[in-house]
Amino acid sequence: MSLSLPLKDLAGESTLFRNRVLVAGLGIALLTLALCVRLVYLQFVSHEHYQNLSHNNRINILPLAPTRGLIFDRNGVVLAQNAPTYSLEVVPEAVADMDTLLRELGEIVSIRKIDEQRFRKALKRKKSFHGVPLRFLLSESEVASFAVNRHRFPGVDIQARLSRDYPLGTLAAHLVGYVGRINEADVAKLDTVAYRGTSHIGKIGIERSYEALLHGSPGYQQVESNAAGRTLRVLERTPPRPGNDLYLHLDAPLQALAEQSLEGLRGAIVAIDPNTGGILALVSAPSYDPNLFVNGIEASRYRTLRDSPARPLFNRALDGQYPPGSTLKPFVALAALEGRLEQAGKKIFCPGWYQLSKEGRKYRDWKKSGHGHVSMTDALAQSCDVYFYEIARALGIQRMHDFLVPFGFGQKTGIDLPGEAAGLMPSPRWKRKARGKPWYPGETLITGIGQGFVLATPLQLALATASLAKMGERVVPRVAARSQRLEGDEETIIPVLQRSSIAMARKKNWQRVVHGMVQVAHGPRGTARGSGRGARYRMAGKTGTAQVFGIRQEEEYKEKDVAKHLRDHGLFIVFAPVKTPRIAIAVVVENGGSGSHSAAPIARRLLDQYLGQRVVPEKLASVESGAG
Amino acid sequence: MSLENEGGLLIRGGPTRLQGPVQQRSLAQRLHIDPPLLFGLLLLSAIGLMVLHSASGQNAQLLFRQGVRLLIAFGVMLAVAQISPRQWCRWTPWFYGLSIALLLAVLAGGVMGKGAQRWLDLGVLRFQPSEILKLTVPMMLSAYLAERRLPPLTSRVFIAGGFIVLPAVLIFMQPDLGTALLVATSGVFVLFLAGMNWRLIAALGCCAAVLAPVSWFLLHDYQRQRIVSFLNPEQDPLGAGYHIIQSKIAIGSGGLYGKGWLNGTQAHLEFLPERSTDFIFAVLSEEFGLFGAFALFAVYLFITVRGLQLALESQDPYGRLLGGALVLTFFVYVVVNIGMVTGVLPVVGVPLPLVSYGGTSMVSLMAAFGILMSAHTHRRLLSEGRRR
Repeated sequence: MSLSLPLKDLAGESTLFRNRVLVAGLGIALLTLALCVRLVYLQFVSHEHYQNLSHNNRINILPLAPTRGLIFDRNGVVLAQNAPTYSLEVVPEAVADMDTLLRELGEIVSIRKIDEQRFRKALKRKKSFHGVPLRFLLSESEVASFAVNRHRFPGVDIQARLSRDYPLGTLAAHLVGYVGRINEADVAKLDTVAYRGTSHIGKIGIERSYEALLHGSPGYQQVESNAAGRTLRVLERTPPRPGNDLYLHLDAPLQALAEQSLEGLRGAIVAIDPNTGGILALVSAPSYDPNLFVNGIEASRYRTLRDSPARPLFNRALDGQYPPGSTLKPFVALAALEGRLEQAGKKIFCPGWYQLSKEGRKYRDWKKSGHGHVSMTDALAQSCDVYFYEIARALGIQRMHDFLVPFGFGQKTGIDLPGEAAGLMPSPRWKRKARGKPWYPGETLITGIGQGFVLATPLQLALATASLAKMGERVVPRVAARSQRLEGDEETIIPVLQRSSIAMARKKNWQRVVHGMVQVAHGPRGTARGSGRGARYRMAGKTGTAQVFGIRQEEEYKEKDVAKHLRDHGLFIVFAPVKTPRIAIAVVVENGGSGSHSAAPIARRLLDQYLGQRVVPEKLASVESGAG
Repeated sequence: MSLENEGGLLIRGGPTRLQGPVQQRSLAQRLHIDPPLLFGLLLLSAIGLMVLHSASGQNAQLLFRQGVRLLIAFGVMLAVAQISPRQWCRWTPWFYGLSIALLLAVLAGGVMGKGAQRWLDLGVLRFQPSEILKLTVPMMLSAYLAERRLPPLTSRVFIAGGFIVLPAVLIFMQPDLGTALLVATSGVFVLFLAGMNWRLIAALGCCAAVLAPVSWFLLHDYQRQRIVSFLNPEQDPLGAGYHIIQSKIAIGSGGLYGKGWLNGTQAHLEFLPERSTDFIFAVLSEEFGLFGAFALFAVYLFITVRGLQLALESQDPYGRLLGGALVLTFFVYVVVNIGMVTGVLPVVGVPLPLVSYGGTSMVSLMAAFGILMSAHTHRRLLSEGRRR
């Protein structure tokens, strides 16, 4: 084949190549010349012009940071605002002797070691004609005493800035979140143009998830400044566009009452409007003061918060995963009815224990003597475990799993807050994958009473209760309700996100389960009858008591004998009014003992407040009168 | 093909092959290294590290990372130089096919990086396949054109054009206009060096001039923004135009002698964000002045001229075409970057070779010089065999 081709003309090709390289060389020479001319023009001919720009009169383009949007609750109670603060700034170039200056300044305003360290660090990074902050948050008296002595300190000045302020302190801290100084990790993700001049960014909570809306966009000004970095005059100014104000679904009085109810305890409360998915209250106790984080928290204080065994920084409502215990029973009951289980229509005898086979392990009921013959309504009202062992066995784990997942178990809810956990709804497939073991029939039983592998966050429990309240209608939980650019502007409604409803085969099935839940609170033998007594509305609830540690077959759980941190978690889910549900609540009290005694009374107080028997909580009352 | 057999026979058949010159070859020859070119590259890297030290605000960690990258890049160059141009030529279609496949993979499921799909995430490492195309496109064209006699027939020029257009369009879709143009340029250089007809060059040039305004409508907003801000930097003083204004002030205020190493004021303002990557030339010009900039130019010219000389001396048509085209592309990078920083070309995000902070482009660049050295040094064996 190669012989039939014309032979290559080696010499000719070489010459051709040489010629082309010569042409390319000419091009290179021309381009080089052009760039050299450009450089000579910039660096020699126009040198003086640029020298001036760079040196004597620096024309700086200074960004103007936008004002961050405010955050309100549904009725306009301020949750986050911007308060003026004063800081002391030093222009290094104008200072002859920094050590003397710091010593003399220290006699007028207090300068701690930590301030000085931070200042000296910043000195190295910034150019000498830029102001470097020495002290933040000057007090009124410090501002006054510096103003008198200002002539003694050339190059030192007071700067007024707006700083984020959370006037209600710990209230709804886990929901509102906080802003903090922009750090290196933030910079990597930021649009550096939009954030030029901005010092703070939302770190967590609403402040983070609605950062784009709250931040606004920067303006800039062209200023002429002298060699000392002082602005001589403003040449041109484009004002920044402030961030949007945000109105939440949150009901501040309800939130305050909920927080008050958990005072001194560990736990979480989530209250949700089943019609819109709006979060009415979201509590994780204990809480913390977000104001500490705004201008940098001291290391020792941060350590105390972080290492506290009560873990105040941990958002239990979103990220805490608890065994739902008996609060899962209404959903299992509904699964049985919808699955046309034969057992669901009959009474089941409860002797106080249950066995899969004659010689098998005994699964106990919480009531040692047993509940006798119980119908589904009785089983829900009295929280009979044996009834649900039998139901769970008949359903099987896969059907239970498939029915519960649409209610949101084992899935993130999609709430507009960062960092929620997914919980866990186990299935044989999950167990094989995660644990490498087969599913055992006994595990189906304990799943039926909300123990074993199944885990849910308080938010998931509240959301599932909301879906139950609305007969399978599903919404995505939302914290923010609407936003507004400036006062008087048109409001932007943050839309309610609906998911496809869970289809019910028969309305009657659902009614039966709700009836059972009503009996929990209002029935003569209901586990939460104490909390239902005297209410002017009807509620449908379910208590739950979740085991934190396993008890062996023969042992008996005695609250007194068990260390506080190993005591059961108390849970309660509820919605009300039954006919036209307006609120669904999930309460979790960590190590609170039984749900009937720890969690249900709290829910009752919240329902009373929200549904009209208004109680003004102390905390908010003081704020309202103080601000008044 | 007949030539290859002939050459191979001559070498294999030469009775004195193992004696004489083979044993006397110097270390550089045995390592397939060209000392002058290596010297130029090392000098350039040293200058780069020095400027980077200042531009990064004396960030030791950043400097260390750049040093490691340089070591890797020089290692790659050395490795590439060991393999003969014929071997490269034989592998070329595979490389080309693989790189196109990677491009498609990026389009299918690339990781979003700064608004454009350019990165491919392999779990362990993330890289930009478009960077590889800067090598494989000229490789493919060289292999294809060197197969037959040169200058190429018009029909073959068009087929070769297809080898350029396919990846260029794919990269453009990522979207990355700058890299698409640079990849196309490296391919066009091969065509040019292969002796493409002048009339054809003129005709295609006219076509391009007509199509340029049309392509405006295909550009993304941020790409248009860059061109607009290049034409009128004052219009967007906080965004893209800001770089150019600050960069010009930095260079201009440097004057003849500069403000001295680490003493630049303008370039160190925090308002110039790309100062250790794309705009590093502004730092150099401010601190070392016009003479410093000229000195850097001299080093770049030295490398370019020496590179072209190596290509001219190569006997292997594939290595010659490829080496020449890669050297020209290298020079274009320099021109585009400095043109951009001095405000005569739009901001397209091309790093200054071996000086700017950054990794992927450095490795492919040094691989290119490795191929050039390979083409030059493997020539000896062949010509010596032939002389006998």
